[in-house]
Amino acid sequence: MMGLAGHLIIVPILLPLLSAAVMLLLDERRRGLKSVIGIGTTAALLIVSIVLLRQADLMSTGSSVTTYQLGNWPAPFGIVLVLDRLSALMLALTSVLGIAALLYSLARWHRAGPRFHTIFQLQLMGLNGAFLTGDLFNLFVFFEVLLAASYGLVLHGDGTARVRAGLTYIAINLTGSFLFLIGVSLAYGITGTLNMADLAQRIPTLASEDAALVAAAAAILGTAFLMKAGAWPLNFWLPTTYAAASAPAAALFAIMSKLGVYVILRLWTLVFGPGAGLLAGFGGEWLLFTGLLTIAFGTVGVLASQSLPRLVGCSVLISSGTLIAAVGTGDSAVVGSALLYLVSSTLGIAALFLLVELLERMRDPGADVLAVTMEAYSESNDDDPGEEIGVAIPATIAILGGSFIACALLLAGLPPLAGFIGKFGMMAAMLKTDGASVQASAWILIGLLTVSGLATLIAMTRTGISSFWARLDDSVPRVRVIEIAPVLGLLLLCLSLTVGGGPAMRYMEATTKDLQTPQGYITGVLGVPKIGAANGETRP
Amino acid sequence: MTELVFALAVGILTGSGVWLLLRPRTFQVIIGLSLLSYAVNLFIFGMGRLRVGAPPVLENAEAVDPSLYADPLPQALVLTAIVISFAMTALFLVVLLASRGLTGTDHVDGRENPQ
Repeated sequence: MMGLAGHLIIVPILLPLLSAAVMLLLDERRRGLKSVIGIGTTAALLIVSIVLLRQADLMSTGSSVTTYQLGNWPAPFGIVLVLDRLSALMLALTSVLGIAALLYSLARWHRAGPRFHTIFQLQLMGLNGAFLTGDLFNLFVFFEVLLAASYGLVLHGDGTARVRAGLTYIAINLTGSFLFLIGVSLAYGITGTLNMADLAQRIPTLASEDAALVAAAAAILGTAFLMKAGAWPLNFWLPTTYAAASAPAAALFAIMSKLGVYVILRLWTLVFGPGAGLLAGFGGEWLLFTGLLTIAFGTVGVLASQSLPRLVGCSVLISSGTLIAAVGTGDSAVVGSALLYLVSSTLGIAALFLLVELLERMRDPGADVLAVTMEAYSESNDDDPGEEIGVAIPATIAILGGSFIACALLLAGLPPLAGFIGKFGMMAAMLKTDGASVQASAWILIGLLTVSGLATLIAMTRTGISSFWARLDDSVPRVRVIEIAPVLGLLLLCLSLTVGGGPAMRYMEATTKDLQTPQGYITGVLGVPKIGAANGETRP
Repeated sequence: MTELVFALAVGILTGSGVWLLLRPRTFQVIIGLSLLSYAVNLFIFGMGRLRVGAPPVLENAEAVDPSLYADPLPQALVLTAIVISFAMTALFLVVLLASRGLTGTDHVDGRENPQ
């Protein structure tokens, strides 16, 4: 029999669903109660995900995963939830961002529109489910859950700019979902399974004419995920949408673009690893070059951005592009450092999205000398939910400025913060290829990583000077403790990633080792019998 | 023959859907998305192989010949996909109306092209 601890895996999905359902029944005026429930749920999620992270970390490297069979139907017939190092890491990251964004929203954003807390919890549920599931169609369902919630969050706070951005965002994501469905059903039609582990087991045995169709299915699926990750040329919606969304929503969306990267990393290493027969390494070059183009596009975007939210949106693209290219190299050492980069850049981007709103508060719209298109983006004035709030905390400018510098260092990948370790690790791994000459694509990637870091630094410096030094008035923005605390918390977490760089890097290396040995995942998922049944009885 | 008709139907729906999706009016976009969702649903159904007169549900739990039955899984998937795309279309419709109200135009960019 399975103890209560065995059911912990499903808690990150059930708990937010339950709390969202309860909050739906509460009257919209009882915000205090809703805030308490929301914070309580998110804090519980954080604790659960840390416990799961520790549990995943205790497993022996490269062999075992923990599964949870929904309805006690064994894989591949039933749907399973799978916990391994990678999904545990993403879960923890989601919970951290969730609690930071929710705390921030309590200052005022949760009053800007109806049902904020409910939608927020559903978003967390969708994200957690997508990270945990081991079934392709179930992944689609969780994608839709999180997308539906994200439509609500994009539109939260109303205003023309949000509705306009939301329209594009919904249309492109619906199209992406159709591609997802086509890919999933095509893969099912050929292989006869939707379970990821079973899929990985069947693909090496395919005949060559079937292999071509599976390759087509994988390409279509890959397009859908790359769209989600914000890969060029399917990413023109991303900076606009993220810039238009309210600050807490945008901070949470920082993990959404990483979801696309996660799925690609998971499926690609599992299904198209070296043991995949005819299809081994399928699409690797495409990933690499798409990533390179995305970095280039993001770099140009960062330099060309005339408003701060848009600049952060473009740095999301750089971060996604870096990760996609790193996955595309197929080098486990590069992927290990890229995972560290993923964590630090997600935290940094989320912190910056929260910070940007505070900075915009003290920024005179006219301060953007370059902002010829300001009219199109300056939506922040007409949607503020009213009343000026809070006591101005002392040394506000110093704290804001310090946080801004920390974010800039993180995103540009400069020491001493964790962004540097990740980037440096990737470059070092690419240059060290056991005496063999470094490939041309690796040189391009190293060059682009350096240039994108420089461009981010230039753009952030420019904005920093105009925000902090070149201000015409001396007004100190009113910032509440509850608004600045999440930002500082996220940055402190990045700092602890640097200080605890050794253990963090060891975890990432163990994660990549797991990814390198898909056999461990496959036997971990398919070899588990039904609970309460004798071994061997369940597999036909 | 069934296969040909089926394939043509999926193809025509997809073609019309993609064309409408690329049109500048929001209403055309939503109709395009609906047509695409029909095409995708048919496609999922087709991935379970087209069978005439084969039931998808087993009648007794005894050992049966699975080749006499249609694959039930794609039908379940279609059901899920229909529900989801229906809900998303409804949501999109609301956003479309909000956009029309706020911007005063039904252009997808929220503003008319200066001619």
